[in-house]
Amino acid sequence: MGDPEKERDAMLELRDLAVAVDGRQILSGIDLEIGYGETHVLFGPNGSGKTTLLMALMGFPRYQVTGGAIKLNGEDITSLPPDERARRGIGMMYQRPPTVRGVSLRQMVSISSRDDLDVASLAGEMNLEEFLERDVNHGFSGGEIKRSELLQLQAQNPDLVLLDEPESGVDMENLQLVGRAIRRLLQKDLVRRRSKSGLIITHTGYILDYVEADHGHVLCNGTIVCSGNPREQLEGIRRYGFEECATCTR
Amino acid sequence: MHALEEIRERARAAAAKPALYGADLDPCEYTAEAGECGYVESLDQLEELGAEELARAGVEISGKERSGSYVQIDGSVVHSKALEKGLEVLGCREALEKYDWLWDYYWNAVAVDADKYTADVELNPFEGYFMRAMPGSRTIYPLQACLYMREPRFVQRVHNIIIAEEGSELHIITGCASKHDIEAGLHLGVSEFYVKRNAKLTFTMVHSWAEGMDVRPRSAVVVEEGGLFMNNYIAMEAVRSLQTYPTCRLVGEGATARFNSIMVAQPGSELDVGSRVVLGAPGCSAEIISRAVTRGGNIVARGHLKGETGGIRAHLECHGLILEEGGAILAVPELEGHHPDVDMSHEAAVGKIAQQEVEYLMSRGLSEEEATAAIVRGFLNVKIEGLPPRLEQEMKRMMEMSRRKAL
Ligand SMILES: Nc1ncnc2c1ncn2[C@@H]1O[C@H](COP(=O)(O)OP(=O)(O)O)[C@@H](O)[C@H]1O
Ligand SMILES: [Mg+2]
Repeated sequence: MGDPEKERDAMLELRDLAVAVDGRQILSGIDLEIGYGETHVLFGPNGSGKTTLLMALMGFPRYQVTGGAIKLNGEDITSLPPDERARRGIGMMYQRPPTVRGVSLRQMVSISSRDDLDVASLAGEMNLEEFLERDVNHGFSGGEIKRSELLQLQAQNPDLVLLDEPESGVDMENLQLVGRAIRRLLQKDLVRRRSKSGLIITHTGYILDYVEADHGHVLCNGTIVCSGNPREQLEGIRRYGFEECATCTR
Repeated sequence: MHALEEIRERARAAAAKPALYGADLDPCEYTAEAGECGYVESLDQLEELGAEELARAGVEISGKERSGSYVQIDGSVVHSKALEKGLEVLGCREALEKYDWLWDYYWNAVAVDADKYTADVELNPFEGYFMRAMPGSRTIYPLQACLYMREPRFVQRVHNIIIAEEGSELHIITGCASKHDIEAGLHLGVSEFYVKRNAKLTFTMVHSWAEGMDVRPRSAVVVEEGGLFMNNYIAMEAVRSLQTYPTCRLVGEGATARFNSIMVAQPGSELDVGSRVVLGAPGCSAEIISRAVTRGGNIVARGHLKGETGGIRAHLECHGLILEEGGAILAVPELEGHHPDVDMSHEAAVGKIAQQEVEYLMSRGLSEEEATAAIVRGFLNVKIEGLPPRLEQEMKRMMEMSRRKAL
């Protein structure tokens, strides 16, 4: 990044990415570039491969990159394990995180945190004080899982924030709270100095009422079929459904 | 001493009787000779005897926050003293001389002819402690007991009698340890617990043996009406073989028993650890929880709940984690009901660490080793309810110490 002559690297750059799970090809030909400070959303029907993309970006071994490359800040991280990626600034909110017996939410927060932080007050903001001593995700409702994931992410404070359906299962009351946490993660109150980037999976698009997105992508059958203005895309999806996306010529 | 003669007779008859479980050992192959250790009035005088090793077993040498202590090294009682009113700590033989009535408790909970090890303890010179909480007494701090072995090839014979009198509350922390470089040794420990009406007894034991040690604790508990017995057992360090299967009889209405066992088998270790509760009166309840982790050794985790009468509740939970190939875990949960109105259940699971959980922690920044360690630690981190907060802290500290050495 130091050389002004050189084209500035993107936060994340995917070139012709292909991913297989258990030997089955799920994603192919994915091209995506997320600049510094940008927020992208990813639409797509159930089973289209959205979660698979995020899991591959985080580096889980089951999600095997069979073609193309993943670059973070210009560095090829395709073969790095998840912890190395976390250390380089990628953080992910799971759609369905596992329960870890004997490991409390408080421990998860402290594991995640880069710096010392006031766990209690952060948990308070996320309405999770009562959950800190509980085994992480054990008996958590859908909405509690989302808030717990966001609490951990806030502790982690990643540069590239990957969110898998952050609003699903969250009641109206907590939607505000979730939206606020995401805005904070993505430094939405900064304009020129914003450096955090995000990739948000959304099935419903509700999250766009709380978080501005710069670019939208539609994933169908494992490949990106459309990139553009997220609000227009959402409008189209709401009106015509995803079936139209695959054949869309507009 | 007609009764004692009868006891001896039964012991002699069982002298060659192998135990039901565990490798068959011959106590005669060990020596009963060990250097004498003199009695010390104050615990800090123990330092020259290898205080670090005693600390290994979780014993608080300073005696701080303890209401009394018993320390035995090989075959010598080096210290026994109660510091608070309402408590009594004596050598077991001394106590039997002092109190005629104690003979009624002697070999009452444990059968002297259970196997060759119980018989052996009776037929040979032994030491051990007598601990007693007077009726209605309550102490803030726990009593501590330490049984230490340092003579090579020694057989340590121990007979303990613990009585929580009516309405009392007694907490005991005990460490059993051997010098870590001892090449062989045998520990035979008989413990008889009596929990009287509405009394509460908690017994937290940490074992820190050595690779060459064989260990055969023989314990039994009798709990009367409204009484509570809680046993927390931690064995994470190397041992050659360890076999124990304490039985707790709930004989009075509303009596409760809880057993928590936390085990780690090092490569070459054979652990066979069980807990049994016989629920013999209405309103009794029992819970047996065990967590077993193998790093290459073998573990048999047993549990047996026997509901003899209606209106009882009991649950058994047996979880095993195999960390290394070569290690094996056999979980044997048994439920036995003798009445239509029993509520008994069990839950058993044996497996490896879930990769998904490791990866979850890795995605938060832990290396694979760190993530694995955190999960194993969580697995062993049984939530123990019913200990006073201070003691719970203490138990966590002891567990943490053991865990650090074990994993
Ligand atoms: N862990 C997995 N095991 C088996 N199949 C999977 C797994 N993850 C994803 N798949 C398959 O990959 C496809 C895409 O799934 P996913 O990425 O979860 O879609 P989305 O998040 O868009 O709903 C589906 O057909 C799904 O069945
Ligand atoms: Mg998904």
